[in-house]
Amino acid sequence: MASATSRDDREVRIRTESLTKRYDDRAVVDNLDLEIAAGEVFGLLGPNGAGKTTTILMLLGLVEPTEGSIEVLGMDPRRHPLEVKRHVGFLPDAVGFYDTMTGRQNLRFTARLNGVEGDDETIERLLDEVGLLYAADQPVGEYSRGMKQRLGLADALIKRPGVLILDEPTTAIDPEGVAEILNLIRRLANDDGVTILLSSHLLHQVQAVCDRVAIFVDGVVVAQGRPHELAAAQSGPVRVEFRFEGDEEPARRRLEELDWVVATTPGRVPGSWVVSLESARVPETVKELASTDVSLVGVHRMDDDLDAIYRRYFESREEVEA
Amino acid sequence: MTTVTEETRLPVGWRVVARKELADHLLSGRFVVLMAVLGIATAAAVFAASGGIRDVAPAAQGISALFLKLFTVTAEPVPFPLIVFVGFLAPLLGIMFGFDSVNGERSQGTLPRLLAQPIHRDQVILGKFVAGLAVVTIMLTALVLFVSGIGIFRLGVVPSPAEVTRLFVWLLLAVVYVGFWQALATLASVVARRASTSALIPVGVWLVLTLFGGFIFSAIAGIIAPRDGSSAAEVAYLQAEQTVSQASPITLFQQGSTVLLDPEVRTIGLVTLEQVDRAIVSELNLVQSLLVVWPQLVVLLAMTAAMFAISYVAFVRQEVRA
Repeated sequence: MASATSRDDREVRIRTESLTKRYDDRAVVDNLDLEIAAGEVFGLLGPNGAGKTTTILMLLGLVEPTEGSIEVLGMDPRRHPLEVKRHVGFLPDAVGFYDTMTGRQNLRFTARLNGVEGDDETIERLLDEVGLLYAADQPVGEYSRGMKQRLGLADALIKRPGVLILDEPTTAIDPEGVAEILNLIRRLANDDGVTILLSSHLLHQVQAVCDRVAIFVDGVVVAQGRPHELAAAQSGPVRVEFRFEGDEEPARRRLEELDWVVATTPGRVPGSWVVSLESARVPETVKELASTDVSLVGVHRMDDDLDAIYRRYFESREEVEA
Repeated sequence: MTTVTEETRLPVGWRVVARKELADHLLSGRFVVLMAVLGIATAAAVFAASGGIRDVAPAAQGISALFLKLFTVTAEPVPFPLIVFVGFLAPLLGIMFGFDSVNGERSQGTLPRLLAQPIHRDQVILGKFVAGLAVVTIMLTALVLFVSGIGIFRLGVVPSPAEVTRLFVWLLLAVVYVGFWQALATLASVVARRASTSALIPVGVWLVLTLFGGFIFSAIAGIIAPRDGSSAAEVAYLQAEQTVSQASPITLFQQGSTVLLDPEVRTIGLVTLEQVDRAIVSELNLVQSLLVVWPQLVVLLAMTAAMFAISYVAFVRQEVRA
């Protein structure tokens, strides 16, 4: 279905089959199957502690899997660690640099380790792309966390990777910066055909940039596919906030008459109502309200597409535990 | 973009790491502090020693290897000869350049990033060890040259080729000795997460060996060869004590230094009066001194290598995640 069309016949760069990691019999990653193609941005989304970082470290050959197979760029990271690491750029969570060295010096060191020494132009260009050129010759000790994360992205790109793995790339960056970073990620995938795997617990921040996502909870993928398709596959009511100006009473009465509306509750601000209704009926509802003589000034879907999925899995888990 | 299959020649990992570490060390505060301590103490010791030698020089006509006395003579007001001072300082040097080599990377958050580069893990620790030892070699060489310079200036005695060779071999011994402490400190930095803990471990070992070493070795010797008052038992006891004490690198270094820098020392073992009866006081040539000190040299080298191997294995087997 969804995944088949997005992959067409592009080369698969990351593949895992029943990948499992257990620590003392507790499965941190449980039977993970992934297939990510060239030029694809794949989001590994889930709460902290879901096993995202463990998965990433296994892809890099830095953690031994308990079971299952991994192929990155057609190679097993356990058997060809250097070849894999040579072509996989990695931005770790809470990335660190040598504090006494400048940003530029840190990048130069990474370049040297990758055998691309002397490529000062690339370093310059990358620093510019991540918006750090102004601080290039400052010691990293003076950088903010967000700046370090930007530097980390440049650092991961220095080896001109075919696969880019980003662990929580946007956590410490301000909203404006997030948009820049996501644009850069999108551009790398579209223009250079880089395969990008990014992990995040901030769904709404990254879902826009991902071709496909996997929702990862407790080491298990609970849903996988294109973001909007996942949301469409959702059954059950969605919550929409309507805002009215003037007397909203007639509108509320009209809403309650509609048989696809499940419930109405007062919203966060005066004049607004949160309505639970079947998701396919949102446009119809708006039309209905427009035909009444109240002025509808705002419609806001409360559930971000993936948030709903996310929450549903949490709720069902809590029920199990309760 | 580079194609994924393109071959890049990777550099020799440990050299890249060592180069960076060397630059770090030479620019670091700890290097400046150690160099200052070393300079002041050495200057004091050597001025006193050269003064002392000058006072006795008229009576000491015909003493060859006068130059080496600079390193071995105790003279007021400095309470110890230079080789003892180096014996004290060497563990400090080794610990200073090793105690945070691995956990420093951890606490800065650079370890995952470093290990995601195309470099084998063992190259990381090897590069760090080599760089630390290189700095130590620079410092000790500077010290020897400094002492020689002052000696030539104050005494007007030019060292003979044999003396220069002895100094050179002694320098090697000192570097190997420092290497032992550096390897121990590196091991501590692999095992302990915090730099303060990993500094304390080798310092503790050093203090115990220095302050209680003699007591511990006599106790062990007493168990191996109990004394019963007979002279044979006494000899056995003393021999056992000496053998046991050679398990300590401190003893090995002291014995090695004494033999190398004092040509009149002809044995380190137990000597009975009968053996030296009517012996003519004379000097050993370099080869003979080396023969005497060979076991110490080899054992110390083996201990250093073994200690490094342990830290190496501990690091390679360790999880990347903290």
